[in-house]
Amino acid sequence: MEIFEVIQPGPLTTVQDLGRYGYQQYGVPVSGAMDNYALRVANLLVGNNEGEAGLEITLLGPQLRLLEDTVVAITGADLSPMLNNNPLPMWAAVMVGCGATISFHWPKKGCRSYLAVAGGIDIPKVMGSSSTYVKSHIGGVEGRPLRAGDCLKSGKARPGILERKLAPQYVPEYRDQSEVRVILGPQDDYFTEKGIRDFLHSEYTISTEADRVGYRLQGPRIEHKGGADIISDGIPLGAVQVPGDGLPIVLMADRQTTGGYAKIATVITVDVPKLAQAKPGDKVRFLQTTEEKAHQALRECEQTIYALEHCIQQNH
Amino acid sequence: MFYERPRFLAGGDKAFFIEFGNAITPELSRRVRRLLLAVQNVRVPGVIETVPTYRSLLIHYDPLEISPTELRDRLETLEQNAEDSELPRPTVTEVPTVYGNEYGPDLEFVAKHNGLSPEEVVRIHTGTAYLIYMLGFIPGFAYLGGMSSRIATPRLGTPRSRIPGGSVGIAGNQTGIYPAESPGGWQLIGRTPIELFHPHKEPPALLQTGNHVIFVRITPQEFTRIKEEVQQGTYRMKETPVARKGESGNI
Repeated sequence: MEIFEVIQPGPLTTVQDLGRYGYQQYGVPVSGAMDNYALRVANLLVGNNEGEAGLEITLLGPQLRLLEDTVVAITGADLSPMLNNNPLPMWAAVMVGCGATISFHWPKKGCRSYLAVAGGIDIPKVMGSSSTYVKSHIGGVEGRPLRAGDCLKSGKARPGILERKLAPQYVPEYRDQSEVRVILGPQDDYFTEKGIRDFLHSEYTISTEADRVGYRLQGPRIEHKGGADIISDGIPLGAVQVPGDGLPIVLMADRQTTGGYAKIATVITVDVPKLAQAKPGDKVRFLQTTEEKAHQALRECEQTIYALEHCIQQNH
Repeated sequence: MFYERPRFLAGGDKAFFIEFGNAITPELSRRVRRLLLAVQNVRVPGVIETVPTYRSLLIHYDPLEISPTELRDRLETLEQNAEDSELPRPTVTEVPTVYGNEYGPDLEFVAKHNGLSPEEVVRIHTGTAYLIYMLGFIPGFAYLGGMSSRIATPRLGTPRSRIPGGSVGIAGNQTGIYPAESPGGWQLIGRTPIELFHPHKEPPALLQTGNHVIFVRITPQEFTRIKEEVQQGTYRMKETPVARKGESGNI
């Protein structure tokens, strides 16, 4: 069923789900929502499975015309979403009628907004995922960002979805100064003590070279013991690589599958969304944590999502 | 070359690396593959994805399904048992390639740089079977090992903004094939009409880690014919098993 017509696409609006797994061994990046918490919650609000495809909207939003009555939820960055001429509540399932227009006025907080529709965006999967990887033209709408005139389809919605709002304690607050926790390694032994101290005790600024591949940061240069080059190995999400110039790059959803710069640390899973919502000019500090604490934080986050899913199902 | 014991390196809270050494050698690559195949065969619970590279295996796992301690123990056991396991017999894939002219605009430069004639560069480049160490950089791109240092050439000073898909190039001691149009700084010596990556095929990459590649010289006419066959889906790739030690052939 055709659900949206794209009137204006916005600078970078793509179809994303939770990513493409199993193909990194062939050089295919994972991709998927940069802020997967926001996409998962948006899906749950409209009665979908958490991993359905939605829209990832970057800074300036698109203008979409509804082609059917449906339920949508917008989460993530506050880009001032509007339904016709009225503000559209965020982190909520909202009924929208055929012919209505969803638009976005200006970015207020955060960087990436997610729009889920009841039934999910129905688009052929490529290598098991609907996520768009623009650089290699894989997935989504012909492997590219949305364009004016595109029509998107939705899958079958669960019956009886109600309007509802997420409890405020589950809505993250996006700040222009964030602290993200990291686990040192895999190549922390490539850096001097001073290098590691500078990395963990300085403020870094997100540069204008920040996109779905990674964020280049400005701040104190991190000192290597010798060279910055390693024999290329794999790259986990959130890896912080430090090339020869000493300025760290945090690798995000569309990162290459392998790379040849030493990686000082990796951002823990639950803190990746904070970076996903950071914009050029925002500040970030890295705090060292342990595997055990990171897993505890992950369990708490997953329990929250589980609770949301459970209470949403009970409402039916 | 090998560490005394494999090193487990942290890759955040959902991944770690098992690193076997710090060199690029066929022996290290086989060690990585042995563990990769062992993990795939046993289907260790909680393992989401494995990424083999030159000298390490990156394991992505779900810590809510298996504890890191348990996973590390299981991988250590698998690793010890896999040490002497037999790997599947690798294959050699023929990559038909037109050398020089508009297909390989840097062939002359590579020849001059090494004090050779273009013919000699082609003879050296087609005279070796290259080991596929890993895939990465862009989908379907194979890191090949074994190129003769006699044709090694540094990258271009200024990278090209557009290199056609199928271009065969040299960068330092490495040779490789661009699976798709891309910017890049490799010295281009030829081009192949075959398709190295297709998102709708399973697996999507033609070349597989652990196998070999050999470049076979073709004419521009053959290039056009093979390209048409590839587009129509009628082209048959030439793949043969690698000869074992004691058998004829020199890989």
